[in-house]
Amino acid sequence: MKALIIGCGRVGSALSKRLLDAGWEVSVVDESEEALGRLGETWPGEFHVGHALEIGVLEEAGIAEADTCIAATDGDNTNIVVAQVAKQRYEVPHVAARILDPARAEFYSGKGFDVVSPTGTAIEALTESALGGERV
Amino acid sequence: MFVLVVGGGKVGVSVTRTLLALNHEVVLVEQDRPRFEVLEEEFEHRAVYGDGTELFVLERAGISRPPDIVVAVTGDDEDNIVIGQLAREKYGVGKVIARINDPRNEPHFDLLGISPTVSATSMVLALIEHEVPQHELVHLLELRKENLEIVEVEIKKGSSAAGKRVEELRLPETTRLISVMREGKAEIAVGSTELQPGDQVLAILEPGGETELKRVLLDGKARA
Repeated sequence: MKALIIGCGRVGSALSKRLLDAGWEVSVVDESEEALGRLGETWPGEFHVGHALEIGVLEEAGIAEADTCIAATDGDNTNIVVAQVAKQRYEVPHVAARILDPARAEFYSGKGFDVVSPTGTAIEALTESALGGERV
Repeated sequence: MFVLVVGGGKVGVSVTRTLLALNHEVVLVEQDRPRFEVLEEEFEHRAVYGDGTELFVLERAGISRPPDIVVAVTGDDEDNIVIGQLAREKYGVGKVIARINDPRNEPHFDLLGISPTVSATSMVLALIEHEVPQHELVHLLELRKENLEIVEVEIKKGSSAAGKRVEELRLPETTRLISVMREGKAEIAVGSTELQPGDQVLAILEPGGETELKRVLLDGKARA
């Protein structure tokens, strides 16, 4: 299985390492060369430097052959556009995007790719925690 | 008309000023605080502060009414795409105009159905192309005020248009064929006019459309 991870911050890098450990082929794209450092001393997978919306970079990183594409940059709108490009232009079988803003996360849910909203998850967990505390 | 402009850079501000002068209702959204304060001086309550890709900001700017037109002219192409999608699909805005900052992103706008788009770079390139003399195409007249020009093209043997009727040609919307000159006799070009090698065709078009016109009329075996 081949994974394309867009964005190598805390989330993207940790996710890349986990998928690699699970036996996947992993290709990572980030705007900055330094982001490679997050993947550890020796990274056996692919790493490409470039902007997430550049067709040339995405193709070089293997978007056309990817089984999954995860958009995990720090920009919600970048992730939203990349996810749709992966799904609609390259027909990547599985696509997911990280969308921090719960409102945009809700709007883009059900548009053909998975939406993961860390903020939404935090809101739910903290609400549950607070309501749980009330019962004590 | 009610127009919502997102992005208070030079383009957004000029559009806002012009529309206000024409007595339209305009709201301008800007996310940079110092820039917003400058805009607020000029546009007062018509300037709204915030990230125009956030739903609550768009709603504060009146997107739920909805506006007749949303103009997405921020400096970020991904933001302009998202603004366009939210406006059309979530709020039912009928018309969205988006700015393309980097022409390499144009395929993304096309793919995601955001049109019409405006790209300063592409426009400058098209105009440069217009100034460079084109082989196979003669500029006869420029109507500068009308922003139109009349050109002449000769159909060759093997040109893609040879043997085709005018109505079969996939001409750009901004181009029309005027007349066909054959063996010294000119006729007005109508849908059923069949083009033949040797025909001299007059066309009227917007400057910058020459390449597309040549592609439709001339490309084919002759140039392969």
